[in-house]
Amino acid sequence: MSIRDIFLEGINAGWQSIDASKLEAHRDLEADVAIVGSGAGGGIAAEILTKAGLKVVLIEEGPLKTSSDFKMLEADAYPQLYQESAARKTKDKAINILQGRSVGGSTTVNWTSCFRTPPTTLAHWQREFGLADLTEAGLSPWFDAADRRLGIRYWDQSPNINNTMLRKAGWELGISVAPIRRNVKGCWNLGYCGTGCPTNAKQSMLVTTIPAALAAGAILVHHLRADKLVLEKGRAVALDCVAMTPAGIHPAAFRVKVRAKHFVLAGGAIGTPGLLLRSGAPDPNKLLGKRTFLHPTTVAAAVMPHAINGYAGAPQTIYSDQFLDNVPVGGPIGFKLEVPPMHPVLFGTTLQGFGETHTKLMQEFANTHALLALLRDGFHPDSPGGSVQLRDDGTPVLDYPITDFVWEGVKRSWLVMAEMQFAAGAKRVYIVHEQCNGYATMDEARAGIETLPLKNQLARVVSAHVMGGCGMAADEKRGVTDTWGRYRQLDNVTVCDGSLFPTSIGANPQLSIYGLAARNASRLAEELTKQPAPALA
Amino acid sequence: MVTRRQFIKAGLIGGAALTAASLFYSRGLKEAPVAAVSPGLTLENRPVIAAIVPAILAGALPESGEARSQAIQQTVEGVGIAIAGLSAASQKELEELFTLLGIAPARMLLAGVWPRWEDASPAQIAEFLQGWRKSRLELLRSAYAALHDLVLGAWYGNPDTWAAIDYPGPPEML
Repeated sequence: MSIRDIFLEGINAGWQSIDASKLEAHRDLEADVAIVGSGAGGGIAAEILTKAGLKVVLIEEGPLKTSSDFKMLEADAYPQLYQESAARKTKDKAINILQGRSVGGSTTVNWTSCFRTPPTTLAHWQREFGLADLTEAGLSPWFDAADRRLGIRYWDQSPNINNTMLRKAGWELGISVAPIRRNVKGCWNLGYCGTGCPTNAKQSMLVTTIPAALAAGAILVHHLRADKLVLEKGRAVALDCVAMTPAGIHPAAFRVKVRAKHFVLAGGAIGTPGLLLRSGAPDPNKLLGKRTFLHPTTVAAAVMPHAINGYAGAPQTIYSDQFLDNVPVGGPIGFKLEVPPMHPVLFGTTLQGFGETHTKLMQEFANTHALLALLRDGFHPDSPGGSVQLRDDGTPVLDYPITDFVWEGVKRSWLVMAEMQFAAGAKRVYIVHEQCNGYATMDEARAGIETLPLKNQLARVVSAHVMGGCGMAADEKRGVTDTWGRYRQLDNVTVCDGSLFPTSIGANPQLSIYGLAARNASRLAEELTKQPAPALA
Repeated sequence: MVTRRQFIKAGLIGGAALTAASLFYSRGLKEAPVAAVSPGLTLENRPVIAAIVPAILAGALPESGEARSQAIQQTVEGVGIAIAGLSAASQKELEELFTLLGIAPARMLLAGVWPRWEDASPAQIAEFLQGWRKSRLELLRSAYAALHDLVLGAWYGNPDTWAAIDYPGPPEML
C-alpha cells in the first residue's frame, strides 16, 4: 500500500514552496506577516493568520522533507531532520539536545506525546510571573481546539512492551502511572515517529497546519536562515535572511529580504533568542535568552529476561508523574517518568563505555528496556536554567551549567528508575553513567549509585525539550514578552514558540505550544484584520 | 605557525592544554586555505579515526581478514559523513582536535600514544580512550564523548551491523 505524499501533491497543485538553496539571485519578498520557523508555534500561527486573510511568508532554515523521504533510517533522519545532526550540545557539551530542523520543526520528529500545561505550572507562573490570564479555564478552549485539529486523544492500542515495563513497575510498587494522549490519526503503530512519520499518521505541522496555510495562499521558503531583523525606531521593518546550501550546514551566496507589517518568531527556544540577540533587540533588563530550560533528562537501561523490542510500537504511551507530584513545585526538583524508543544509533551512542563492554550490552539490545526521567527545571532559585549566547559566527549556543540542585535530582531519579526496573523484573540495571558497570540487585544499585560522581560527561544527561529565553511576565522586569507573546521593546514582533515559557513545562511541551500559539495568533489576527479570527478547528 | 615547543609546553600545563593549543592552531588556521569539509574526512583526521574505530568497536567488528578491514573502512567513511553533517562550529572544533592529535608531541602528551596512529596497537588506543573517558579534565572527557558518539553512530547506523544485535531493521511498508 503506497502512502499519499500530501505535501508533494500540494506542491504539484500549485502551493508556493521555495527552496532557497536553489536561488540564483538575491530576492525580496513582501508579506503582511513573516513567520520564522515552521514548528509547533510557527505552524499553528501560519494556519490561523493565513485563514484570517493575511499574506503570510513562512521561513524555515531546515529542508523540506516529506513522507516519501521518511525511510525509518536513523542514518538519514538525524542529519536531515534534526538540529546539528541530533548532536546539538550545550556549551560545555554536558547535555545532548534533540531538536527538530526541517519543515514542521520538532513536530516532524517528536514522539507524539501530548499533555496540557499542568495546573501546578500555571499556578507557579501566576504567582511568580504575574501571568494571571493564563489559567486552566482560560486556556482550555485553546487546548480543545488543538485536540480537535491534531487528533489528540488517548492511544487506543496496547502499549508496546517497553512502555508496559513502566506500567508494570508502577503497579508493583504502587507508583501512579497513566496513559499518554497522542496526536495521531490512523497510526500504524510502527515505532518510528523519531525519524519522520512514513504514513502521515502523526498530525505534525508538516501534514496539518502548514498544508492548510499553503492551500490558503501562504508562501513557504525553506533552506532559509533568518539572520537579522532590521530595526528602526522600535519596530522591525524587514527580516534579512540568508539562503543555506543544499546540505543545510553552511550559508550560501544569496540573501532574501522579507518586508512585513508584523514578524512572528517561532524558531524554537535556542533559535528565537538567537535571532533577537543577533538583531540587537532592545533588552533593558538583560533578560533576553536567559532562563532557558531543558527538562534535563537521565537514562537508565535494564536488561530484561525477555524480549522488549523497544524499536517497535508507539514510542511513548505510558508515563508517571508520581515524582513530580510528591515534591512541592518550588522544592527539590521533581521529574516525570517516560520511556524512549529504542533504536540502534540513539541507544548505541547514549550508552556508556566502548569496546567489549559496550558491544556486550548492545548484544542485549532486543531485551533492553529504558526509562527516562525528565527533570522539571526552572521552579527554584537554584535552577535558573541556561542562557542563549552567540558564537563568533553568529549561531546560537545554549550555556546551561548543571547546578548542584539539578544534580541532586539526577541522583534521585537514578535510584527511582533502578528500583522500578528491578520491580519490573530487570536482570541487570545500567544507569547511563561512565562509571556504572551495571547492578544485579537494588542493594547493589543503591550502593553503586552512591559512588557515581555527579559530573559533566560522566553522567549522561540529555534533552528533547528546549523552553524559555523569551519568557512571558506581567511586567518588563520579569520577562521580555507579555502573555500575548509581544516582545515588549518592539511594536510589531510577536514570539510564538516554546521560548515564551518562564519555566520548563513539567511535561512534553508540544501541546502547551499549540494552545498558546493558537490563542496568541488568533489575537494577532484580530488586531491585524479588525475581524474575528478564524477558528483553528 | 605553531612550534613543536609550544605544543610540548601546552601538553605539560595540563588543564589548559587543549584549549591553548586549539587557540594557537586557530590563529594559524586563518592564514591557511580552508580545507574541504565534505565528506568530512581530511588528511589530519583520517589516521586518528582509523585508529580509534577498532578500539571502540572491539568485539563488534569481524575478527579478521577482508571483512574486518572493509568494516573498519566503511565506519571511517561513516564518521566522515557524520562530521560533515554537524554544525559549522562543531566541525571546526573537531578539526582542531584532530589536527592537534595529528601532531606527534600532542599525540604523545595528551593522548599518551607514542607510536604513530597507524602503528599504535588496539591496546594502546584503548588505554588512550579510557584515559580521556575518565579524565579529571572536562575538555578531554567531552572530546572522548565526541569520538564515542561519532564511531558508534556510524557503526549502528549501518544496516550490516543490525543482525548482531537482533535488530530486524524498519518494517516493510508494502
